[in-house]
Amino acid sequence: MTPVYALDGVRVRLGSAEILRGISLRFHEGELAAVVGPNGAGKSTLMSVLSGMREDYKGECRFRGVEISQWRKGDLGRRLSFIPQNVRIEFPFTAEQVVYMGRTPHCNGLFETPEDREAVRRAMETTDTLPFARLDFRVLSGGERQRVVLAGALAQEPSVLLLDEPTTFLDLKHQISTYVLLEKLAREGICVVAVTHDLNLAASYSDRMVVLSQGGVAADDVPGEVLTSRLLSDVFAVDAEILSGPNGRPWVSYEQPAGQLPSQGRQPW
Amino acid sequence: MVDRRRFWTAVGAAALFFLLALAVTPLIGSSDAAFSRAWAGQSPDREILFQVRLPRVLLAGLAGGALALAGVVFQALLRDALATPYTLGVQSGAALGAVIAICFGWRAIGAFPAVWFSGLVGAAITIMVVVGIASEGRRMSSFTLLLTGVTINAICMAGILFLHYTAGFTESFTIVRWLMGGIESMPYHTLAILTTGVAAGVGIAVVKSNQLNLLSVGEDWAATRGVHLSSLMLICYLLGSFLTASITALTGPIGFIGLIVPHALRMVVGADHRLLVPTSFCVGGGFLMLCDTVARTALAPSEIPVGVMTAMLGGPFFIWLLRSGRRSLWA
Repeated sequence: MTPVYALDGVRVRLGSAEILRGISLRFHEGELAAVVGPNGAGKSTLMSVLSGMREDYKGECRFRGVEISQWRKGDLGRRLSFIPQNVRIEFPFTAEQVVYMGRTPHCNGLFETPEDREAVRRAMETTDTLPFARLDFRVLSGGERQRVVLAGALAQEPSVLLLDEPTTFLDLKHQISTYVLLEKLAREGICVVAVTHDLNLAASYSDRMVVLSQGGVAADDVPGEVLTSRLLSDVFAVDAEILSGPNGRPWVSYEQPAGQLPSQGRQPW
Repeated sequence: MVDRRRFWTAVGAAALFFLLALAVTPLIGSSDAAFSRAWAGQSPDREILFQVRLPRVLLAGLAGGALALAGVVFQALLRDALATPYTLGVQSGAALGAVIAICFGWRAIGAFPAVWFSGLVGAAITIMVVVGIASEGRRMSSFTLLLTGVTINAICMAGILFLHYTAGFTESFTIVRWLMGGIESMPYHTLAILTTGVAAGVGIAVVKSNQLNLLSVGEDWAATRGVHLSSLMLICYLLGSFLTASITALTGPIGFIGLIVPHALRMVVGADHRLLVPTSFCVGGGFLMLCDTVARTALAPSEIPVGVMTAMLGGPFFIWLLRSGRRSLWA
């Protein structure tokens, strides 16, 4: 099976800093891949290459066999959807209007068709966002916004879904329901790549974990193989014990480094 | 969500306002002129209505509409609610050109008054300089665009102050009057050229209104939803700048409309550019026609600069709109 993405030796420089130092990866249809790594490891930069926003990379990044920078933006917009880290909107768009924006690549004329309306309704139902469809996006809470943005990506009906920290502001229930949804989308044949800091959610739901460290790939395998105490101390600089979760997936239990515990009885202020 | 019914209701209401202003304001004035006599070809009613007032009202309509539209486009491009047609330096480039023409006493270049011509050249030079500096390689960044525009603005303003300082008494008076902005009667052929240009601008903005929605949310947002980002940004910058430049060269700077009309309409029709673009044009045009009518009649026979009227009449209305707490009639 030909992969959706084939990256070979992708390098990105920003000023004098080399953010990605030769990344080679494959992403496939029907796969939920979690990209993890410490701050500054190059996760968001990798997403900007995958989404076609960044064209000043070196090496090869082929999307469905064609270099991603060669794709026409309109064609790309009908095939892949990207959810940025933190969407802030200056103007009084309603939640529903934000979701409708996902339909723009499919839109030929000025007005929405019945199919567009149906796609938006379905996306908002799936993400539990219909109750605030008519509200100003700016008055919503961080988590509600995140779900509205996810609804917009679903309305785009992509075959590839890229997410940069989709669950940061979500409450527990919606963190879990988001990952359940991503897993379901992957089962339907969509290629899902999600950047996250939540190793346990990633381990519970993803088919594969890609660990980035200092612009390179430190590990790339099923969660059970990737998550080890050694990797966590090498890459994330934390001591952790890997337990076995209820569904047979690994479960990371963090330990506070002994030397850095706040000292008892002595108050620094 | 915008369906045809809602679109035509909103645009129809705004167009009606524009057409009513266009029909009524020429009939108001310091001298008594009746439409029936003018239509029958009687002097001086015919000259007053068709040669003096109608061209002036038409220019006010085009100018108000174009400035409001330029404001919408720049606000979307910069994702800045405080952006105006004047934020990116085009207006001060035009002003510098006009002030140079006034200082050197140029009267006419070709068939056009030198002030217009020189204003357009000044604006064109500004546009080229800003684009040249702000597009790093093939990518255009709204941040560099904003900084470049603001800097060019400051440089041109310094040039105007310098020329103003060195100018004689008569030139100095003319410069101050020009900088206050004002609508005058124009020959119909000039109006025809302007109408063609402005209509093309409105057309482009309506066609791109779906993409303007995406751009007003974010550059990454637009780039991954089918928008060719750098070309859309260039189109937006050039569109807003050409509209502003052609109007400013003819009327001088007229403030307030480009900032407030788009915001007032966002409160009424929402932020969707498919509604915002056409309604802003119509309401901006209608509003400036009304303001100019007040400006030329309130203290007749002397005139109040129209830029004074836009803020005096529009400001309190906008504050009322803000206070009324209405988010949107349509949401």
